[in-house]
Amino acid sequence: MIARAGKWLDDRLGLSTIVELGSHKTVPVHRYTVFYYLGGMTLFFFLVQVCTGVLLMLYYRPSANEAFESVEFIMTVVPFGWLIRSIHSWSANLMVFFAMLHLASVYFLKAYRPPRELTWVSGVFVLFLILGFGFSGYLLPWNQLAFFATKVGTDIAGAVPFIGHWMVRFLRGGDRVSGGTLSRFYGWHVAVLPAITCVFLGAHLALVQLKGMSVPPSCEEEAGKRKPMKFFPHFALRDLSGWLFALGCLAALAALFPWELGEKADLFAPAYENIRPEWYFVFMFQTLKLVPGGEIFGLEYEAIPILLFGALGLLLMLVPFLDRSVAGKGNVWSVVGAVALLFVIGMTCWGYMSLLPLYVVILSGILLLLLAFITRGGRRSEN
Amino acid sequence: MDALESRPRRRFLNYFLGSSLGAVVVSFLYPIIRFASPPLIPEATTNQVEAGDTSDPLLMTKGFKIVRFGAEPVILLKVTDTEYRAFSATCTHLDCIVGYQKERTRIFCNCHGGAYDLNGRNVSGPPPRPLTAYKVNLLAKGSEPAKIVVSKA
Repeated sequence: MIARAGKWLDDRLGLSTIVELGSHKTVPVHRYTVFYYLGGMTLFFFLVQVCTGVLLMLYYRPSANEAFESVEFIMTVVPFGWLIRSIHSWSANLMVFFAMLHLASVYFLKAYRPPRELTWVSGVFVLFLILGFGFSGYLLPWNQLAFFATKVGTDIAGAVPFIGHWMVRFLRGGDRVSGGTLSRFYGWHVAVLPAITCVFLGAHLALVQLKGMSVPPSCEEEAGKRKPMKFFPHFALRDLSGWLFALGCLAALAALFPWELGEKADLFAPAYENIRPEWYFVFMFQTLKLVPGGEIFGLEYEAIPILLFGALGLLLMLVPFLDRSVAGKGNVWSVVGAVALLFVIGMTCWGYMSLLPLYVVILSGILLLLLAFITRGGRRSEN
Repeated sequence: MDALESRPRRRFLNYFLGSSLGAVVVSFLYPIIRFASPPLIPEATTNQVEAGDTSDPLLMTKGFKIVRFGAEPVILLKVTDTEYRAFSATCTHLDCIVGYQKERTRIFCNCHGGAYDLNGRNVSGPPPRPLTAYKVNLLAKGSEPAKIVVSKA
């Protein structure tokens, strides 16, 4: 009976072709194979975001008078509302974290080499979209932090020459951050960004299937000797057990550290002490804090780091076209990447220094360095 | 097919069709972009507001309060018992709302650590310009606490 139903469906959908394709998919095995799981992990958190996001939409109301109260209602009255919202917030952070790890591993292993330039470009696009989700989702609870983060974040767009003012108004839905901004951000967060993400994420995943996984040049010999792993079932099961573990972590985080709601946004109150954005924007925030006030050739000093960050984002996207080392050996781009990574980590630590005592920052820095040396030492001995 | 493509009449028609399609796309996009750009809404101009009186507990304890000046936040400072000052409360750096640090006698923005003196001048941190000053008038009426009126300078 089931076999007949299967045959019936196969005749109409051509499922056997897909199964056939899937059965040939393999994953190269070498000492960096573990990095192949990072993209899948990011995808898992994205799926969690979609599911919990849809659930939150059932109760959330996007207006200045009701947004905060509706989130409060979700957190306190709706059964498991605290769980769904906390998982949404935690998963958002972990998604950004894993997307960044994924990017860093792909960058330093130079997996963007031809013919995978477009896989890289689409991936960087998806990372920017993820940050856009983070920024727009941030405002939705309409609390004090949300209000100021959005004020600052949208004002930053004003640094762009010529169209800056138009961009600020476009982002805010008017001259000021108000209820109109909230409706706008809601629209982007639940409709516009998901639609665009579908296209780019779809392209990204399709390209990964088309071009297969990149083997780092230093591992080619090793990967040649070892038998590649079949995607189905070996790699997929490993992926799934990772996802199950991640889901457990999310539930534990949400139960032990439910996401705070803070105080309702007050459009006429000073920013509170120690206000800072989410960790993934802290490096920019800290940089903006350090640039003194002033003007040069009619350009305010604060605009300089903002424009530089924009240029760096563009540069990141274009790396595969600029890095012409076909062999994929470490070169000036590896150094540039390492410097950028150190800058981001350093600035982030600095940004949190008022919360963490200095010795914690220094100790964790030393720990990270040690970890880097240990893994580096391992690579050398294997070579 | 190639032979057909290269014929001038065919090429002309293809060009014509392509550009008319382009024009259709633009005619769709234009209203969408205009729709998404927020319209300019003229705001009622505010020239002065009443900001309570001198017995306000916020002014007595914290030495400042944020006053609604139309849609703009304005910071009202109690410098001495008889002297009050008001400035735009919007930080000139990135649009945050400033507060008053009484113990350090400075106006301070918690967002990026911008500091202004009690004349509204940007003295340290990232702010590029001073805060706009407003005029403060006290209307005393007998023994009652004086009314505070903030107006555009």
